[in-house]
Amino acid sequence: MSQLIRWFALLLLVTSLVGCQTVKGVGTRIDKALDKVMGSKGQRLDPWEEWNRKVFAFNEKLDANVLKPVATAYSEIVPSPIRTGIDNFFGNIGDAWSTVNLMLQGRFKAGVEQGMRFAVNSTLGLAGVLDIATEAGLEKNSQDFGKTLGHWGMGTGAYIVWPLFGPSSVRDSLALPVDWQASPGVVFDDGSKKVAITTLSLVNTRANFLRAGTMLEGIALDKYTFYRDAYLQRRGSFDDDDEVEVLVPANGAASAPEAAASAASAPGPAASEPTVKKPAEPASAASR
Amino acid sequence: MTLLTSLRRLLTVATLGLGLVHAAHAADGSAPDLLIRQLSVETIEAVKADKDIQAGNVNKIIALVDAKVMPHVNFQRMTASAVGRFWRQATPDQQAKLQAEFKTLLVRTYSGALTQVKDQQIGLKPFRGQPTDTDVVVRTEIRGKGDAIQLDYRLEKSGAVWKIYDVNVLGIWLADQYRNSFAQEIGANGIDGLIKSLAEKNAKAGAPAAKS
Repeated sequence: MSQLIRWFALLLLVTSLVGCQTVKGVGTRIDKALDKVMGSKGQRLDPWEEWNRKVFAFNEKLDANVLKPVATAYSEIVPSPIRTGIDNFFGNIGDAWSTVNLMLQGRFKAGVEQGMRFAVNSTLGLAGVLDIATEAGLEKNSQDFGKTLGHWGMGTGAYIVWPLFGPSSVRDSLALPVDWQASPGVVFDDGSKKVAITTLSLVNTRANFLRAGTMLEGIALDKYTFYRDAYLQRRGSFDDDDEVEVLVPANGAASAPEAAASAASAPGPAASEPTVKKPAEPASAASR
Repeated sequence: MTLLTSLRRLLTVATLGLGLVHAAHAADGSAPDLLIRQLSVETIEAVKADKDIQAGNVNKIIALVDAKVMPHVNFQRMTASAVGRFWRQATPDQQAKLQAEFKTLLVRTYSGALTQVKDQQIGLKPFRGQPTDTDVVVRTEIRGKGDAIQLDYRLEKSGAVWKIYDVNVLGIWLADQYRNSFAQEIGANGIDGLIKSLAEKNAKAGAPAAKS
């Protein structure tokens, strides 16, 4: 029911944007048609489990035989500072897309902040290779189009595992083609360069996950179920822009509950100040 | 690839979550947000000061959890919640075993992830509860490189003190995370089957790496 209401909210938005009342009627019918796959809130949705498990097994094999060995070699051969630079570079492209999505979600303050991150890192950070925005107190806030749809009330819907791309949902699958428009590959026009950059992006992501992946093996009873539940919970949750008070322990006075809090940008000297500061305006914490 | 990133960060934070609670000795449980605040502040110091924990010394971490964390966690409720409707069907002996194995499982997660903690900070979000509430959520986040990592605590008031009974990492409540996995295992092999498979998981992981 609440799913319906949220859908309705999304539709209302569309209606008001288009200025056309008939969209609502059509939307309600689409909504009913989608009800089977979208289900209601709180429900664990996996109507295609049998098929999903097959695809998951295929992906696991592919990972074990190709992606994981390549990522392992990459993290062993390429020096850490270079890997960090590459990771930052891709992160920077992600920030631009996050900016767009935050704006689409109507979270303008957070959007402006991400925009500043992108601007600072793209220029002073040498096309994103250096992440100096984080050091300047501009926190990363990743968003994608699936989250934007979720922000406007669309539930995750049924779980889908895609070959190669892995875990997804009905909602995120709809959003995927849009997200691809902002993937690192679009930076280049050349086909082979596109493939190369996309491959590097993939290897980078997998390499970041190597250690955690090993740990997950040890804590998941059934990997398929574990990944699915983590995915649906994670993608179905919402973040907010509440102010955050950064807790910094006062030197030698750890037990004082009112230990200093300061903006993320000033970890050094501020740490000994036993006051609670609200982060200053452009500082990261303000709009989170 | 979002999920991979998410899960990686989940582990990083789970770590801090533990670190968080690890220095709980001085914290008082009279107000939920105060409790989390104190735990958070003490954690930053404890994690940064303890090289053994950063190195992932499992035994040391388990000892800390028993001594410092458990007084502030209603682990029985957390386990019961993860086991779901089958909890009432379990005998007291089975319940005790489930609790012990689940605890080991989570501590193992934490200890492995603790090695990944470096220059993170903990941020506290505004507390939305009322003074009369007996069940609240305290929201925090871990900030460092990359996205801030959501870390929320669900607490209940039992008597005069507050106890943590669920943890949310990156939008994932841990009890919920395990509910389907547990139900699946119980459905296939019964409650004893779940205990057995948890014990096997723990033994397998503990054997080669943990005893350092």
